[in-house]
Amino acid sequence: MHIRLLDIAHARSGDKGDTANVGVIALKPEWYPTLVTYVTRDRVAQHFSGQINGGVDRFELPNLHALNFLLHGALDGGGTLSLKTDAQGKVYSTALLRMVIDVPDAEAVAAGLPAFA
Amino acid sequence: MSDSSRVVRVASGQGFWGDWLEAPRRQVEGGQVDYLMLDYLAEVTMSILQKQKERDPRMGYARDFIGAMESVFPAVAERGVKVIANAGGVNPVACAEALLDAAAKHGVRGKIRIGVVTGDDILARLDDLMAAGHELKNMDTGEPLSTIRDRVMSANAYIGSEPIVEALAQGANVVVIGRSTDTALTMAPLRHEFGWAADDWNKMASGIIAGHILECGAQSSGGNCMHEWRTIPDMANVGYPIAEASEDGTFVITKHAGTGGRVSVPSVSEQLVYEMGDPHAYITPDVVADFTSIQLAPDGENRVRVHGITGGPPTPFLKVSIAYRAGYKAVGSLVYSWPDAMEKAQMADRILRERLDNLGLKFDQVLTEFVGATSTHGALAGDGHDAPEVMFRIGVRGENRADIERFTREIVPLVLNGPPSVTGFAGGRPKVEEIVAYWPALLDKRAVSTAVTIME
Repeated sequence: MHIRLLDIAHARSGDKGDTANVGVIALKPEWYPTLVTYVTRDRVAQHFSGQINGGVDRFELPNLHALNFLLHGALDGGGTLSLKTDAQGKVYSTALLRMVIDVPDAEAVAAGLPAFA
Repeated sequence: MSDSSRVVRVASGQGFWGDWLEAPRRQVEGGQVDYLMLDYLAEVTMSILQKQKERDPRMGYARDFIGAMESVFPAVAERGVKVIANAGGVNPVACAEALLDAAAKHGVRGKIRIGVVTGDDILARLDDLMAAGHELKNMDTGEPLSTIRDRVMSANAYIGSEPIVEALAQGANVVVIGRSTDTALTMAPLRHEFGWAADDWNKMASGIIAGHILECGAQSSGGNCMHEWRTIPDMANVGYPIAEASEDGTFVITKHAGTGGRVSVPSVSEQLVYEMGDPHAYITPDVVADFTSIQLAPDGENRVRVHGITGGPPTPFLKVSIAYRAGYKAVGSLVYSWPDAMEKAQMADRILRERLDNLGLKFDQVLTEFVGATSTHGALAGDGHDAPEVMFRIGVRGENRADIERFTREIVPLVLNGPPSVTGFAGGRPKVEEIVAYWPALLDKRAVSTAVTIME
């Protein structure tokens, strides 16, 4: 089943030098394992390929049902150097929530995940 | 000090220089608070303040702070609310002097006892520090500071809560500081009130996390909150967050009754992950906090209880924020309308780039974005086909000011000599801006000493 992150998570992002961080928080605690399993470091790196110049780090915060991603080389050198509209990485959060993941039907139904047409 | 039922209320009144002018007054008038913390400094702010100080030695601090204080003088002078602010920027003494002048005008001079914290500004000491072997290597690139030494504009060490606690202990009811950590502004009053030992790591970490939640103003009480944003009530009257802290390190995040916004587990969670690195090690000069230990629980309407926090000893270093001149940039834009808005904008981009090439201008980077189509989400957003309008936005950056200046004159002519159905040029030519870049570095803590001066 296709699941869009926007339908199962909320997010906020900000900058740390040339790195943007995106914290992704499951809308329901029972959806956190889906994030952990399917929103992998590689999947996120692939999602942002062409938009960031460096690697991706992923950290788990099970206490907040959240993952934190560091997107290195996202800001063309950092907030003051960057010519981008989003020079401080404020909306990498919503760009990540565009991601559509593939969850086996039985697992998706058991977790009550909303399908994305 | 060990009354376990005692609660200290720290209210957040500014999340950056430029934040809502009404917030400080609303925080002290909306209900009982003991402390008001005002965070004025972002990385870019220090260099702006440094430029102002170069033009006028009495400047270099966040001037909004004086107006904010005028709006809270009754609370400070009559009701005993204490204020902690990093409004000092690169000139905390001048900031305190301006505040005392304002206090005199309002008839409250004598009731305002200011603790001024200095020592974070290491600009004048840079060469001595480098000669003593402190390389101040860029934390991202590893290069030594010597490679850009001649372009440095400001250099400040992020200092922790210690000198603020000291100022409070000396009876200050207003503490003005330069580049402290944002979190220290909240942490210091809790340490002062509860007498937490400097190595009581879990309590210290609790204070830092309370500070992280408060430091961005309304961002934890409904502002910029994505979670169920449509239903967040009365945002025109948004209440800024308040931490109600107890001696054991637990605290409740709330806001004044009758204000708008929302304090909820999701709103606080969003702020917790903001500007986050490795959650296991949130490094401050006071303590290294573990964000994976934080427990959030609903505690009634617009109340979230925060507990379970753990931390460990800090590193031997202070982070230093160095600002340096790094060339120039300019960004201009034009708006193309339907039909074929995206194609017209793309054609304008090709024409302009060809003209820039023909002029032989040199840039380190040229960036085009199509706002309304692909600017913030790139290819993830599709191709912008059939958009009702698209903003062609182009920026350049480089070392040669004249080349950047010439670029700014090449955009508006496209209105008459480029693709059709174009508008949005009322602002005229874009401005050339000097770029201030950041050089984050680490410095041995022992190389920095702070001082507290009382002014009244």
